[in-house]
Amino acid sequence: MHIAILSDIHANREAFIACLAATETAGADRLVILGDIVGYGADPVWCLDKARELLATGAVVLRGNHDEAVAKSTQSMNLNARLAVEWTRNQLSAEDRVFLGHLPMQVAEEDRLYVHASANAPEAWHYMLDADDAHGHFLHCDAAVSFCGHTHQPALFSASPAGKITTFTPDAAEPIPLAPQRQWLAVMGSVGQPRDGNPASAWALYDTGSRELRFHRTAYDIEAAAAKVRKAGLPEALAERLYGGR
Amino acid sequence: MAKSALTKGDIIDGFVIGDLIHNGGMARLWSVSKAGIDMPLLMKVPRIGEGDDPAAIVSFEMEQMILPKLSGPHVPQFIANGDFAAQPYIVMERIAGASLYPWLEALPRTDAEVATLGAKIADALDAIHRQDVVHLDLKPSNIVFRETGEAVLIDYGLACHIHMPDLMAEEFRLPYGTAPYMAPEQVIGRRTDFRSDLFALGVLMYFFATGKRPFGDPQRLSGLRKRLWRDPYPPRALRPDIAPALQEVILRCLAVKPDWRYQTAAQIANDLGDLSQVKLTVRAEKLHRDPWTEVIRRRFNPEPLGLHKPAVIAGQYADAPIVLVSIDLDNTTPEREAMLRLTTQRIIETSPQARIACLNIQRINRVALDTSLDDAGHNKHVARLVQLKGWAQPIKAPEGAITYHVIEAVNPADAILDFARSNKVDHIVMGARDSSTLRSLIGSVAGEVAAEAPCTVTVVRKRYSIPPTD
Repeated sequence: MHIAILSDIHANREAFIACLAATETAGADRLVILGDIVGYGADPVWCLDKARELLATGAVVLRGNHDEAVAKSTQSMNLNARLAVEWTRNQLSAEDRVFLGHLPMQVAEEDRLYVHASANAPEAWHYMLDADDAHGHFLHCDAAVSFCGHTHQPALFSASPAGKITTFTPDAAEPIPLAPQRQWLAVMGSVGQPRDGNPASAWALYDTGSRELRFHRTAYDIEAAAAKVRKAGLPEALAERLYGGR
Repeated sequence: MAKSALTKGDIIDGFVIGDLIHNGGMARLWSVSKAGIDMPLLMKVPRIGEGDDPAAIVSFEMEQMILPKLSGPHVPQFIANGDFAAQPYIVMERIAGASLYPWLEALPRTDAEVATLGAKIADALDAIHRQDVVHLDLKPSNIVFRETGEAVLIDYGLACHIHMPDLMAEEFRLPYGTAPYMAPEQVIGRRTDFRSDLFALGVLMYFFATGKRPFGDPQRLSGLRKRLWRDPYPPRALRPDIAPALQEVILRCLAVKPDWRYQTAAQIANDLGDLSQVKLTVRAEKLHRDPWTEVIRRRFNPEPLGLHKPAVIAGQYADAPIVLVSIDLDNTTPEREAMLRLTTQRIIETSPQARIACLNIQRINRVALDTSLDDAGHNKHVARLVQLKGWAQPIKAPEGAITYHVIEAVNPADAILDFARSNKVDHIVMGARDSSTLRSLIGSVAGEVAAEAPCTVTVVRKRYSIPPTD
């Protein structure tokens, strides 16, 4: 089975459409969305409807911190994120907000775990940025392969049976075999707001047969997405950062 | 968990275990066979028991990851990986030809033998580097030869694939490798520089040419680190009849700073293919090690090895390409020559490490007519070399960056393509006639080369306008 994993769509319709088309071309037969469907971007309604539709056809759809913030409260977010969440909340119906608030925090499937931030207290939304962060995740997780998002920066961690952690910044050049004798944590990067210096949408495709994971980058119409952010009156920085992927 | 001992006759995943071929510290090698696979096979089984080196497991994982990614005549063909949960193994093609060991019993070897063997190993390194893999453990026991002559690099347990996680890097704080062959940057823990393998090739060639290893076989980290500041005896100090050109190549491979070495294995193979074209520097004639004052300065102010980001090999080859400029001396005009020169100049400006091979094809009518043997033919050949040098003279290239070649051939396109293939050319630059009339009558050499070339081809042509037809 080929599982396409997408995370941090952030109401970027153009990026979401481009990635969904790319997953189809790549031969994906299952979709997983790791949360943060909304927040930051200008198309929360469309993206939410799309996620609901995918859920109905068998996709896994998780809750991210922005989804939760829209559904409940704005927690401790930075100013731009909070402005975007408040704007988003006004765009969505009460029913939409209930839907977001009831998405699962994590889903386990065979030897895989899907979670937005970390298996280490998922509701605390820890960022998986270095070996120590990954160590925290592995302490709370038995799955052979975990997939998360949240950081908007693709990464691949592994833990050897002796508990040594390796870190790696993957590129889209080659599928990477995930050896079964160690645990893996793959951080997807972001569909709708990449922050690793590459403005193209990030996602990945996992082949359960060969246990190979391929990170992908997909170009999308940044101009259109940024123009909508500006038109919606959202903070200018949220439009600008899409161009540089920062 | 893994079965502790295999014996002859056991069957694992359809592979029938044959003879034990090698009983090493990290792994055992068994001869195996399987119905439907018609080649000699080898099964590598790691030692993973109490008290075994944990590096054995991680290095085995690395090899399981990297070997399936490699292909071509310079690597053993990958067949299958065994799961750690049941019985970890790698099955690969067993190379039928010889190892280097018998060869090592009669060192030192002649310059020609060292150059030929060095070039074969450089070809193999070029092949794996272009697949984004650094070997990091190049040494005699990891080089075998096919019956057809190609060098094959085996054992990818310490290797690093630029696009894969490096499991070794995080696991062990000490450098892993083989002491005599380890590059200075490996000693300080860098595992992503392709040029580390070029250093190891320099150690091998030094060993072949002198019978001695340039840095001995240090057993401690302090001994290993010495190569960061202490230079070896020049090969000619140990064996004075070694050609200066061969010493130049060897010592350039052994430069402490990767930036001072050859930048690609292809460039080494090229130089070894024709030692007469090697640009000689003070290294070539050196007979003594550096003076103590210099060594002490380096010891306490070590040469920084330079910043290094894991390089994608495509970038490395783009910075240091081998460029073939085909110059047609028979149908040329000063303007056409100048345009070709300008294009070549631009390439040198953007890729300062480029090697430029200027090639002229002297067209002959029949293969049998060997004009180069008689005096008139010889003079013609020399005259063309002079013309080529004259063409290149205005190009501001670093000394030694340009070489000159005149080849007699019946079919120019075939000759250019042969040259490009055998010299690992990355980019062919050639001129074309301005008008299409003649080309459409006789067919285009540039067209044929562009269609068949194994690399980028730039065809330089003066812009011309097509008269409107009514």
